[in-house]
Amino acid sequence: MACVLEAPLRMSVLSEVTASSRHYVDRLFDLDPQKVLQGVIDMKNAVIGNNKQKANLIVLGAVPRLLYLLQQETSSTELRTECAVVLGSLAMGTENNVKSLLDCHIIPALLQGLLSPDLKFIEACLRCLRTIFISPVTPEDLLYTDATVISHLMALLSRSRYTQEYICQIFSHCCKGPDHQTILFNHGAVQNIAHLLVSTSYKVRMQALKCFSVLAFENPQVSMTLVNGKHKVLVDGELLPQIFVKMLQRDKPVEMQLTSAKCLTSMCRAGAIRTDDSCIVLKTLPCLVRMCSKERLLEERVEGAETLAYLIETDVELQRIASITDHLIVMLADYFKYPSSVSAITDIKRLDHDLKHAHELRQAAFKLYASLGANDEDIRKKIIETENMMDRIVNGLSESSIKVRLAAVRCLHSLSRSVQQLRTSFQDHAVWKPLMKVLQNAPNEILVVASSTLCNLLLEFSPSKEPILESGAIELLCSLTQSENLALRVNGIWALMNVAFQAEQKIKSDILRGLSTEQLFQLLSDSDVNVLMKTLGLLRNLLSTRPHIDHIMSTHGKQIMQAVTLILEGEHNIEVKEQTLCILANIADGTTAKELIMTNDDILQKIKYYMSHSNAKLQLAAMFCISNLVWNEEEGSQERQDKLRDMGIVDILHKLSQSSDPNLCDKAKTALQQYLA
Amino acid sequence: MADAGAGSLHGGDSALSCLPEEQELSQRLRRLYPAVNQEETPLPRSWSPKDKYNYIGLSQGNLRVHYKGHGKNHKDAASVRATHPIPAACGIYYFEVKIVSKGRDGYMGIGLSAQGVNMNRLPGWDKHSYGYHGDDGHSFCSSGTGQPYGPTFTTGDVIGCCVNLINNTCFYTKNGHSLGIAFTDLPLPAMISNQFMELLQEYIQHLFKSNLYPTVGLQTPGEIVDANFGQQPFVFDIEDYMREWRAKIQGTIKRFPIGDRLGEWQAMLQNMVSSYLVHHGYCSTAAAFARITDTTIQEEQTSIKNRQRIQKLVLAGRVGEAIEATQQLYPGLLEHNPNLLFMLKCRQFVEMVNGTDSEVRCFSARSPRSQDSYPGSPNLSPRRGSNNSHVHSTGADSPTCSNGVLSTKIKQSCSKYQALSSSSSSSSSSSPSSVNYSESNSTDSTKSQQHSSTSNQETRHLAFLSFFYLSDSEMEMEAEHYPNGVLENSSTRIMNGTYKHEEILQTDESSMDNCPQRQLCGGNHAATERMIQFGRELQTLSEQLCREYGKNTMHKKMLQDAFSLLAYSDPWNCPVGQQLDPIQREPVCAALNSAILESQNLPKQPPLMLALGQASECLRLMARVGLGSCSFARVDDYLH
Repeated sequence: MACVLEAPLRMSVLSEVTASSRHYVDRLFDLDPQKVLQGVIDMKNAVIGNNKQKANLIVLGAVPRLLYLLQQETSSTELRTECAVVLGSLAMGTENNVKSLLDCHIIPALLQGLLSPDLKFIEACLRCLRTIFISPVTPEDLLYTDATVISHLMALLSRSRYTQEYICQIFSHCCKGPDHQTILFNHGAVQNIAHLLVSTSYKVRMQALKCFSVLAFENPQVSMTLVNGKHKVLVDGELLPQIFVKMLQRDKPVEMQLTSAKCLTSMCRAGAIRTDDSCIVLKTLPCLVRMCSKERLLEERVEGAETLAYLIETDVELQRIASITDHLIVMLADYFKYPSSVSAITDIKRLDHDLKHAHELRQAAFKLYASLGANDEDIRKKIIETENMMDRIVNGLSESSIKVRLAAVRCLHSLSRSVQQLRTSFQDHAVWKPLMKVLQNAPNEILVVASSTLCNLLLEFSPSKEPILESGAIELLCSLTQSENLALRVNGIWALMNVAFQAEQKIKSDILRGLSTEQLFQLLSDSDVNVLMKTLGLLRNLLSTRPHIDHIMSTHGKQIMQAVTLILEGEHNIEVKEQTLCILANIADGTTAKELIMTNDDILQKIKYYMSHSNAKLQLAAMFCISNLVWNEEEGSQERQDKLRDMGIVDILHKLSQSSDPNLCDKAKTALQQYLA
Repeated sequence: MADAGAGSLHGGDSALSCLPEEQELSQRLRRLYPAVNQEETPLPRSWSPKDKYNYIGLSQGNLRVHYKGHGKNHKDAASVRATHPIPAACGIYYFEVKIVSKGRDGYMGIGLSAQGVNMNRLPGWDKHSYGYHGDDGHSFCSSGTGQPYGPTFTTGDVIGCCVNLINNTCFYTKNGHSLGIAFTDLPLPAMISNQFMELLQEYIQHLFKSNLYPTVGLQTPGEIVDANFGQQPFVFDIEDYMREWRAKIQGTIKRFPIGDRLGEWQAMLQNMVSSYLVHHGYCSTAAAFARITDTTIQEEQTSIKNRQRIQKLVLAGRVGEAIEATQQLYPGLLEHNPNLLFMLKCRQFVEMVNGTDSEVRCFSARSPRSQDSYPGSPNLSPRRGSNNSHVHSTGADSPTCSNGVLSTKIKQSCSKYQALSSSSSSSSSSSPSSVNYSESNSTDSTKSQQHSSTSNQETRHLAFLSFFYLSDSEMEMEAEHYPNGVLENSSTRIMNGTYKHEEILQTDESSMDNCPQRQLCGGNHAATERMIQFGRELQTLSEQLCREYGKNTMHKKMLQDAFSLLAYSDPWNCPVGQQLDPIQREPVCAALNSAILESQNLPKQPPLMLALGQASECLRLMARVGLGSCSFARVDDYLH
């Protein structure tokens, strides 16, 4: 009963509110400008902190009228300013509010307002713009549609601490990607914002710092300028890195420490600061490790771990230092404990908060583990010895969040570089199973890392190799080689190469069948040298041990010989040619396969040519072929020796036996001995 | 650290070495641990040659440790402790050890141990002993079995050990990188319970075991390590870590919940300010403050003014007049406080030597300054003297002053000290008492100058007090003249608020302080004779007091010091010359002011000063019972 009674009551309250809202809107249309102004001021006071009121006013069409008043040249500055303030207040509400404002083309109107000479009005416009641009529903590109806007904003930076704060905040939210960075950079963002880092206002300092962190992110040009541009950027006689280091001090607000650590990280990764510089080793890195500690907020811990992962990604010394700092590896294990069982019971709000961040925390931890374990075997061991680490990775591989899955695969990839771990913990936890699952229908970015990991798991000594093959890996890898994505092609063929290494006949046949000759040729003519090299590697692995060579050559001989000829004739680098000659040498080791070479004068001429090549590696590889062909314990060796002598090979051998290169010399002598016997 | 200078309050270092390295060490230690009173609790500066196992050899000023045993097995382990334990007032303590050589096996342990722990062991193996070992990187927390802790360390590495006495944890560093918490349960009293018995128990426990010493242990031949207790800059940025904790603790103080008592809180603060102003006699400031804050002042306006007048006399070095005024306004006060009277008389004697007291001043050919000379030079004011209109004759009876104090009344009231009072009365009447500026009807231009400068000064007080209500930093502003608390019997001094302002106003004069024209009693012969006569009277008074109240060593010392001034040709530059410093008037002035207030049943100390004193004492107590946070919440930090 109570419910029934309550409903109409609420309705009446609502209609009352709407009525009062209508009154506010009506007053905007008054003929007396003074009354309009009072109406706007009253509206301002009515909407502050009242989301319902804001929504009502928007529905009742207040926004177009306010915008009209704001743009009207005849309006007093005071009225225009108050309009901007009310619009800013409306923007503070829900995302829907911002959408409605955007639909009314508020941004051009406000940008136009910035041309006014009145500072108060400019500040009100900027505040409103700031609120709109920091909303996730606003497309950043709206800031860059008119080229004059940025330069005007740069000019406004000198007007007041409020223009500084709002403009920096707009920049830091609207600078997404290298294009935006370049636009802002070309408008002198670095020089214009640098001195704000020492502003007396904390908010200005902080927003300026945030600007630099987004400007420098993965941007070598900006990063280099920050350290040492053509015109050194000095603030109070100090270089920017020194200013950033000061902002890292431990009594500074956490937000400031974290953001300046991000700036220094970007500068370091861009090569603008050396990785062994004390400001990185003794300041930035420890600061980021502290950001991962339990005392920090969940958001800060995520950002700290991600930034640290980026900082140390490619430098083994930094990885080593991070690995011993403040028990980082153990500290990261805590990232997996959200939502904790305690939070679920005691506090719904906390549970909600934890849940929201749980994915982010896990992926950040995986990323950082991946960076930590990228190069150093001892660190990998320490990571894997962390409580339930392998289980966590295995679970991570099957999480619904793509971000977490990707990070988990990256972590696994990093750890899979360890021979010892491949043999032990990887096997114990049957990591290959979830990994194979990840590889089914995953987006490319995951596939790249996952297939790369699979490469390592398919190494000859890996105990996972067999079960992986049994679960249909060859087919999967063959399909990867057809991908548009280069990295996937490389990984696919690379993995196949690893599979073929010292493999049994059946597997080799499976690979050839799965790949098809056509695809093999496709890969051999791939524009990417990596793909070519790995394909040749695959061929070489396929063509090993005599029965295999003869078997494969009997079925695919013609095509392979064609491919080899093609590559030797083509414009390729030394490594490719060497690899190809090695394939020929393998073919020459076969019993029946030999004939494919002996009957092919073209090939023989090429071998002869490479014996006298200027590059010793190619000479040696060609010698292997000859050596295999003239080996006299085998059937028909006499004929082959004769034919090659007729071609003038023996003369070359004599010449090579005098070579200063001991390898060549040895090989030539061995070959010549075959003739003597 | 901002307060490098503040540390010097505790001044003395136990070691009185003059070596530059030693000085540098002292400086660095003072900067790192400003809260430590090194006279009470010296800091570790080297390894102790007495507190070590005999397999340990020391060299290089007892900083280098080498192993000289057989090193066959763990039974040959040997340790050495530092000369002193780590004082709790450090808050955060840090030392570093450089591995010069790992020797045969590198079985080295770095850590902490309490006194009495077996030295035939590596740190960490026994109760009250903690260590981090180089061979396996394990930490040993009072146990023979270690826990995996950090990386191993070897030749060339610098290992640091940091004790956090605030949360009783310890972490190590390797080559400047923090390795994370190693121990969380160091035996320091973690929390003081409200219960008195528990407190006592804990305190006793603390006395027995909490004093941890920096310790290193070695076990195989060839092992050599060097300690750095602050001799060199540290590899690890310990000051940054300290900054973090200072910010944490100050944040805790700042955020301390006042809760529902907000209104009460404000009233209390207002009361503190008001009572402070009243105490020191800033009557118009106090009145303005009361008006603005809508509060009332307990003491009457005239009473405040009277006190103010007396204080100004003392601070001007005109103690004789101050005594008279006191006797006139507060009859019986000094009679009931013979000690105070004696103190005042001693001061008066000193001021006579100084040439400031009116009894000798009236002999001077030069005019007494119409303005308080405090804290300027002893009365040598050529500028004023030369163009002053009323030049005094050298007679004792030349009252040119506009509003002298009635001498007859004083004669009556001080019959007990007949001889003294009669003479002082005559002199006092001769002095221009321009201190009562508000009542002064003087036409002298310097007087009106004084008037305006004084009211300026009050305006300033008002200005900063209005700021008081806008800013968090109230205490800092208010108490800037009180750098050192108010413990009555300590050596701390109370500076009157007027001091700084007047100093600013009179820089031209105070710059003459150092000019060599200063002469005994202003250089006047008659004045000198008067001074000697007064000295005799003082001697008589001392003997009289001794007969009545028994021996008093304080009095004896005071008298001795005062008379000693005459033993030197230049009293201002003699070992006891400090007495002539105008600053020395302040404790006398404060004592007199307090006595007057007490006689009026008003608090003899302003509550603000009591609060400050309590805070200082609290911190001192915290240091004594081992609560490290005291080092980052010093009263000085809040008194800029």
